[in-house]
Amino acid sequence: MDVRLTAEQQQLRDAAAKLADDLGPGSVQDLTDDGRIARLDKQIEMTGWRSLRSDGASGVEVAIVAEEFGRGLVDAPFLGPVLADDLARHVGGDGDGSTIAVGARGIDARGCQRALALDGTTVLAADLGAAGESVDLTRSTAELSGTTSAIGELDSDVAARWLALALATTSADLVGTARGAHTLACEYAKIREQYGHSIGSYQAIAHLLAESLALIEGSVSVLRHAAWAVDELAPAEAIRAARVAKVYCARAARTVCETAIQVHGGIGMTWECLAHVYLRRALTSTELWLVKLEEIDVGLS
Amino acid sequence: MDFRDSTDEAAFRDRLQSWLALHAKEFPSSGDEYWARQGEWHRALYEGGFFGLSWPREYGGQELPPVYDVILDEELARAGAPPRPSLGYLVSGLTRHGSKELCQRFLPGMVNGTERWCQGFSEPGSGSDLASLTTTATRDGDNYVIQGHKIWTSYSDVADWCLLLARTDPDAKRHRGISAFIISMKQPGVQQRPLRMINGVTTEFGQVFFDGATVPAAHMVGGPGEGWPLAMTVVGHEREPSTLGYAARYGKLVRELAARTDGPPSPELAWAAVQTEMLTHHVRRRLSEQLDGVTHTSDGSLDKLLMTWVEQSVGHAALAVTGIDDPDLLSAYLYSRAQSVMGGTSQIQKNIIASRILGL
Repeated sequence: MDVRLTAEQQQLRDAAAKLADDLGPGSVQDLTDDGRIARLDKQIEMTGWRSLRSDGASGVEVAIVAEEFGRGLVDAPFLGPVLADDLARHVGGDGDGSTIAVGARGIDARGCQRALALDGTTVLAADLGAAGESVDLTRSTAELSGTTSAIGELDSDVAARWLALALATTSADLVGTARGAHTLACEYAKIREQYGHSIGSYQAIAHLLAESLALIEGSVSVLRHAAWAVDELAPAEAIRAARVAKVYCARAARTVCETAIQVHGGIGMTWECLAHVYLRRALTSTELWLVKLEEIDVGLS
Repeated sequence: MDFRDSTDEAAFRDRLQSWLALHAKEFPSSGDEYWARQGEWHRALYEGGFFGLSWPREYGGQELPPVYDVILDEELARAGAPPRPSLGYLVSGLTRHGSKELCQRFLPGMVNGTERWCQGFSEPGSGSDLASLTTTATRDGDNYVIQGHKIWTSYSDVADWCLLLARTDPDAKRHRGISAFIISMKQPGVQQRPLRMINGVTTEFGQVFFDGATVPAAHMVGGPGEGWPLAMTVVGHEREPSTLGYAARYGKLVRELAARTDGPPSPELAWAAVQTEMLTHHVRRRLSEQLDGVTHTSDGSLDKLLMTWVEQSVGHAALAVTGIDDPDLLSAYLYSRAQSVMGGTSQIQKNIIASRILGL
């Protein structure tokens, strides 16, 4: 048993973190900076990370990038394209320019031309139309246009692993989002002063932030197992591991983001504070392949 | 990266399962009955080759990586066997701060279970603020004479020896005036009184009165005034991941509660199952990080906080599934309330996390 990241995986994490720090939005105003977004898009394109699975990457590696992109609120498509690539590669297709459809919408769709979806074991494809409303300010949706067509059939094990990957990758995005929100809150708690001291020096604030860190650490652990399980456990076990991670990480991320808003006080309730951008992204990642508590098989604990 | 057992780990697990199939049912695993036979259980585990796995060979351990302790905990829980006695904090305290002579004299008996131990740290007036302790040790020839009152002392009724903190220099600053001793519990100046816990158990917990008890100066661990670093090693160790092997016990309780549930699980039970699974993987991650030789000092506070939340969620699941009518499960619930107090309260853990990790 050794569940450490390999040296290559640590390098991937560092590279994804650097890209997110350099080109992700550092403020709410940055969300409308088209020049930055174009540079971000180009940089991600150059990494080839949207086709990680075609290149033989494991679920762990996909999760590493998703987590760092969540942490940096990276507002260029990754989750949708990387999952589309994993579907396309099994039906002899090309995932280029594709994202994923969930329900009647393409998710994470900016710049994508079509959306793939998995219905049972059938891979479906549809063209994307007009941009839709999005709660998430960092990832946009698009309506589906035209007819949906079946483009291939998956082995049931492959289909199950794809679902496990979707759950693990959204869990990773949640962990990253929680980490980003928590960092934002801790930085603020160190500089905001009341009664002549930084608010982080008061236990009332410090304990909230300590609890958040424990939730994040637990999330990292349960996520790592789920991401590993995508390729290493039997498909049903991989899905169960991913459901457990999704439930835990979703609950943790919401609490951590809510804490970040609370720590910011009135500022946290304003549009200009990034705290709600994290919360919105967390709520969106929670709802994608939503797992309900009652779906957890408790007899296998 | 691999969450599975290595070949050696799997072989160990097999051997352990075979041994447990023969011996697990002989010993009670909870309540006063467990505590009454804990010493016997300790010696049986040791003789089977399953105790002191990660401790130094020269003191009776096997120097295996700490993951073997976790395998042991998992299999004990699965077999319905009693948990392993927790002594790791004493072993780490003595090996790090004690002289070679003291280690050679005391560790073998501690590891093989022929001598029983307790820890004399907390006092009625010194809980979270341990450095305010007032028990005194006064030099008298080759001995020190102890005067004071210790409390929350696990196994005080059966202990042969106590790792004691006492003030040797009343004029020094609070932390610097404290020394650590290994004192015999079997002497006239030591009186032990059991404390009855909220779940009715009377044999786990006690308070100890030292009234003129003596300890040879040679039984001081470290030098005069060096008790505080030892205390920090000990309380830090209580939060080590391999000490958090209770994840396995929580899984056992969750499975028991699942077996009593018809239809979909209650939200409390499902959440307890999710949290328990999280803790299992968390312990694996922490142990793996130790393979790098990383030492976790303040991180242990995060682990302890997580463990506390898990145990208390399992307690709530027990209430949700069986109400208050099952004595064993009610006892498990009541005992879960101790987790946020013992080994440093959750509030103290959060103070440590906030100041030492977050820098707030």
